[in-house]
Parts: sequence; C-alpha cells; structure tokens
Amino acid sequence: MGARRRLKLAVWKFASCDGCQLSLLDCEDELLALAGALEIAHFPEASRAVAKGPYDLSLVEGSITTPHDAERIHQVRRASKVLVTIGACATSGGIQALRNFADVGEWIPLVYATPDFIHTLKTSTPIANHVPVDFELHGCPVDKRQLLEVILATLNGRRPVLAAHSVCFECKRRGTVCVLVADGTPCLGPVTRTGCGAICPAYRRGCYGCFGPLKNPNTAALGERLRILGQSDADLVRAFRGINAGAEAFRRESESHEPR
Amino acid sequence: MSRGSSRTIRVEVLTRVEGEGALTVRLKGDAVVDVQFRIVEPPRFFEALLRGRAFGEAPDITSRICGICPVAYQMSAVHAVEDALGVTVDGPLRALRRLLYCGEWIESHALHVTLLHAPDFLGYESGIAMAKDHPGAVTRGLQLKQAGNELLRVLGGREIHPVNVRVGGFYRVPARGELAAIEERLKRALDQALAVVRWVSDFHFPDFERDYEFVALRHPTEYPILGDRLVSSRGLDIAVRDYEAHFAEEHVERSSALHSVLSGRGAYAVGPLARYSLNFDRLAPVAQQAAREAGLGPVCLNPFRSIVVRAVETVQAVDEALRIIAAYEPPDAPAVSVVPCAGTGCGCSEAPRGILYHRYRLAGDGTILEAKIVPPTSQNQKTIEEDLWRFVEPRVHLGEQELTWQCEQAIRNYDPCISCATHFLKLSVERG
Repeated sequence: MGARRRLKLAVWKFASCDGCQLSLLDCEDELLALAGALEIAHFPEASRAVAKGPYDLSLVEGSITTPHDAERIHQVRRASKVLVTIGACATSGGIQALRNFADVGEWIPLVYATPDFIHTLKTSTPIANHVPVDFELHGCPVDKRQLLEVILATLNGRRPVLAAHSVCFECKRRGTVCVLVADGTPCLGPVTRTGCGAICPAYRRGCYGCFGPLKNPNTAALGERLRILGQSDADLVRAFRGINAGAEAFRRESESHEPR
Repeated sequence: MSRGSSRTIRVEVLTRVEGEGALTVRLKGDAVVDVQFRIVEPPRFFEALLRGRAFGEAPDITSRICGICPVAYQMSAVHAVEDALGVTVDGPLRALRRLLYCGEWIESHALHVTLLHAPDFLGYESGIAMAKDHPGAVTRGLQLKQAGNELLRVLGGREIHPVNVRVGGFYRVPARGELAAIEERLKRALDQALAVVRWVSDFHFPDFERDYEFVALRHPTEYPILGDRLVSSRGLDIAVRDYEAHFAEEHVERSSALHSVLSGRGAYAVGPLARYSLNFDRLAPVAQQAAREAGLGPVCLNPFRSIVVRAVETVQAVDEALRIIAAYEPPDAPAVSVVPCAGTGCGCSEAPRGILYHRYRLAGDGTILEAKIVPPTSQNQKTIEEDLWRFVEPRVHLGEQELTWQCEQAIRNYDPCISCATHFLKLSVERG
C-alpha cells in the first residue's frame, strides 16, 4: 500500500470570536472522515496534541490588533506552505475594524478609564496586510460548505472553486422575493458576495453584508437607491460600516456619506 | 519534594477551550503560592464600538463576541433594548426565543461534553483521537450537536451568528410544518441525550467539592433560560435591573483581568452547576429522573461533575424544544412594533456557560450611547482560580504532566469562553 503522507492542517486564531474555526467542528458528518484524510497538527480548540510545523495548510482566523500578533503572523506564514484566511476578521479586519474609524479624541476617555497592561494597535487589519495569503475565504462566519471546498481543493492540489456573484443573484436563483423591491427594505445584496446562500432575504430581512463586497460593486448606485428608500446619511454610514467595515469598497462608500 | 523548593506548572496555550488563555500555578514546597488563569486574547472593544450604533444593530453586533454562544448575546441584547424601550415580548414569540436558545444549549453542551471535556476523563488528547476507541460515543455526540444546529438553522437561518433575531421578535416566524419537520430528529436526540447522561455518569470524578455561592436566573415555572430575577445559594434574590448594585468588578493586582465579585462577599459561580443546583425543582421530570439515575442529588458541588450536569441540561433542552414545538401556534406578526425612545435597559439570559448581562443607554432616536456587557467566563474567573488553589495542594505529589493535565481539566470544568471574557482586559493603546 503506497499510503500518501497525510497533509498537516493547522488552525490559528487572532482577534476573533472563534466562530469560523467552530465551522470546522460543525462539519458533524465530515469531521471524522476529515480527521482520517489529514493530520490535525495544530488546532488548540479541539486538541491538546500539538505537532510541530511546517504545516501543509494553515487556516487563519482573526485580525491583527496587537504588536505581538503582528509578529506572530509572520511565524505562522513561515511555518505554512498554504495559508488560507477564514472569515471577515481575517479578510477585512472584522467588526473590530470599527476602531479604524474612531477619533483619537473618542478613544482617550476609554483608554484612560482602564489601567495599562495589554498593548493594542489603533487599527484592526486583515492578515493580507501583513503577510502573503494564498486564498481568502469570506463570511461572518464562513460557510462550512465553502470551508470544506477549500480543504478538499488543497488536499488535491487545486485552487478552490467558489462562486463570485452577488447575494442578489443568489436570491433570484432561490426564488426569493426581493425584499428591497417588494418591501422597501434596505438590503446590501446587490453589492455583497454570495456564499451564505442568501439567507437574510429568505428570512425577510435585508442582507447586512457579512460576506463583504463582491468584485467591482456599484456601491454608489445602491447608496442612492437606499437614500430614495428614506435612509439618512447616518444610516448609510452604518450600513456600509458593519461587519466588513474595513473592506475597501465598503470603507469608501461609508466615508462618502460622512458629514464633511 | 524537599521543603521550600519551587516549582511552576505552566500551560501557555489552554486547549479544548474557546479562545486563548494561559495558566500558571506556582508552588513552594507543598504549598501553592500563586495561581493565575490568564486571558491572552486581544481586546476587541465591543462596548466602545457599540456607541453610536442603532439599537436594532445590538443583537447582530454583540453576537460577534462569541461564535459558540451567539444566541445568548442576541437574547441578552434584545431583552436589554426592549427593557429600555418599554416593550414586552410574550406568548409564541417568547416561546420561539426559548426554542432557538434550546438549539444553542444542545449544540454547545454536546460539543463540550463529548469533544472537549470527555477526552480528559478517558485520557485522550482530543475527541477525534477518542473516536478511534469510542466511535459510537463520538458519533452520538456529533449527531446530538447536529440536532441542536438544525434547530438553530431552521429558526435562525444558520448555526453561527443566526440572522433571524430582532428587537421585538423575529424577522420571520416558522410555519408549523417547518418545526414539525425537525420533531422526529429531536425525538431521536432525546434518546441520545439520555444515553450521554448514562455514559458520563460512569466516569471517574476527582473527590473535590467546594461551598460555592451559586448565581443563576430563577423563573416561577421554567428551568431558567430567559428571566428577570437572579438568585443565589446564599439568599440573594434581586431583579436583573439591580445587577450592578450587587455585583462589582474587582481589580486584582496579580492578574491581567478584572474579576467579577458579589459586593462584600467575593467570588461566585455561574453556569450549569449553579443553574442546576438553584433550579432542580424546575427541571422536566425526564431530566430530573436522568439526574437521579446518574447519581446526582438536587445540588452538585463537585465541578468535575459539571459534565454530568451539562448532559442533564441537554436532556432538558431537547425535551423543552419538543414541548415548545408541540404547543406552537404561529403568532399573527413576527415581531411586536418598536418605537425608539430615550432610556436605559438591562437584560440577562442563561448562556450555556452561565448568566450574560447587558445594559444599554439609548438616545431619543434609538442610538446607543453606552453599553455594558458582563459575560459568564469573566464572572467565573475568580472561582476558577480559587478551585485551582484548593485542587492543586493535595495533588502536588503527582508528576508534572499529570498535574498539568488535571489543572487543565479543572479549568475545562467551566467550559470557559475566553473570547467573551476579553472585555475585562486592562489595556493600553499603542500610538503610531
């Protein structure tokens, strides 16, 4: 039997909620098969056993928010053949990237209210700002079917195949009545990448952009449409400045609605 | 060991817990001289970033504090905001909230019992390693976890950070048929949950008990998930809105985090042990019977037996879910109408790991002016350290590796959720 060497998988956490790595444990039907197909070499949330690198595939969750983590990510990169970032924190800075928009003046009272101990950076930034990333998997949280596709693709030495169209398009495929057109509900579906399966409109609410902007989104046109629906500038700033506030297209659109 | 020689037990990365924590125990001779259960998770400033957001965003933003108990955050958030706005959500909408919460309890407890905690009792590094010798038990645990996730998916849209919860109720409520479709699955889950109780009740439990002050919600008829009264095993009985008058955060010099204490009384414990011991009489008959058969009395003071209590609570949550589904009649509207107004409101719910308290102060247009969040793990942190002080001393004769593992197990008794607890880190902003 010419047994192939099992690929070594590592899971790393930076500033995050743990939800994306939990998606791996949420693959209840596939987990044991996965554990047979690859060696879970570093996954502290699941196992005490930690094997040394290098690792064939590193899944990186979370954003960079401390000087220590800005160093640590380089160690992870050096120890990893393929590095895939998973989730909104790792790919755009996450909800904690709201700090990137805060005035120092707003921060000071919060900072001085607490004694000094942990060092934190002024910004929350995606992993790709610090080290080369082989593939980015979006979502807050990531979709577990997409996560499995990324792992299987790496196992087989190919690029992951993931849809790149909008949530809007996904609603049409599902046959979901448009919440924006039919109900006048503000929805980021036209500018947000698919991956979730267009869940929010199926539950009669607008998409809130947790998979981040698709490639070349027309955010300005959507902003205008939302304004016609009665959204104020402050509403528009908040709409684009959410889970993926740090993603370039959403950041620019949110800033365009700020008072000058 | 010779008297006076020093020894340190150090765990740099605690495993099989949510988030990143570390442990240091310092010994001098046979005496413990220092215990530090540290949180090394970077702070994310949720209370700060909530300022200026709309009240309706609180559930979706705060759910991002924790990927393992997002529903707990959503529920405490909507209750606090509704309290501020003078809105009450009752009847089938409240029942659906409990149903969603049952899904999270089942998922979270099944994960912890089988994959994270049981390996300590059976001597495996992980649940996956354990599966080689105990495939049936691990598969059963995963199926039970999946049943909880299915409830979350049907009712909430997805398992992690569900999208259907809003201030006032839900965006869309399920038709009867949608819930009936998961009934069969939950009936199987009830048998599986009962089998898990029997399985874990045979584990070997270290002889260790402490006279904790337990704190949990208390409801006139229900086993507590949602509620507005807090009680303790030493006579505390207060409205949730008086929480901050009785509980305080204490700065401990040797620790990197603030500890929650009962003012003038000290450490207290929240979570399954506390809920169970304060609310045994509120458990469904099937859960009470399972507890008795597992050798539990109405009060449990051994934190290592928390795995049995979690298993019993899983039975309770599955049974409760089945009862809610059986009685379900869809409400006329998916949410009660909500009008923004100025005010302050508090909300508390029983996350799988214990009480989770939120308070918001809103402006007249519903903008959040101030937010306060007290997660369960930061409330248990002082108790976890106190457990270790007492647990280690009689066991100093153990070898390094065994003692380290047992200390980790003592921490995992609390199923700590360290990402949540980071609110309590001291911090400084580095400029430049």
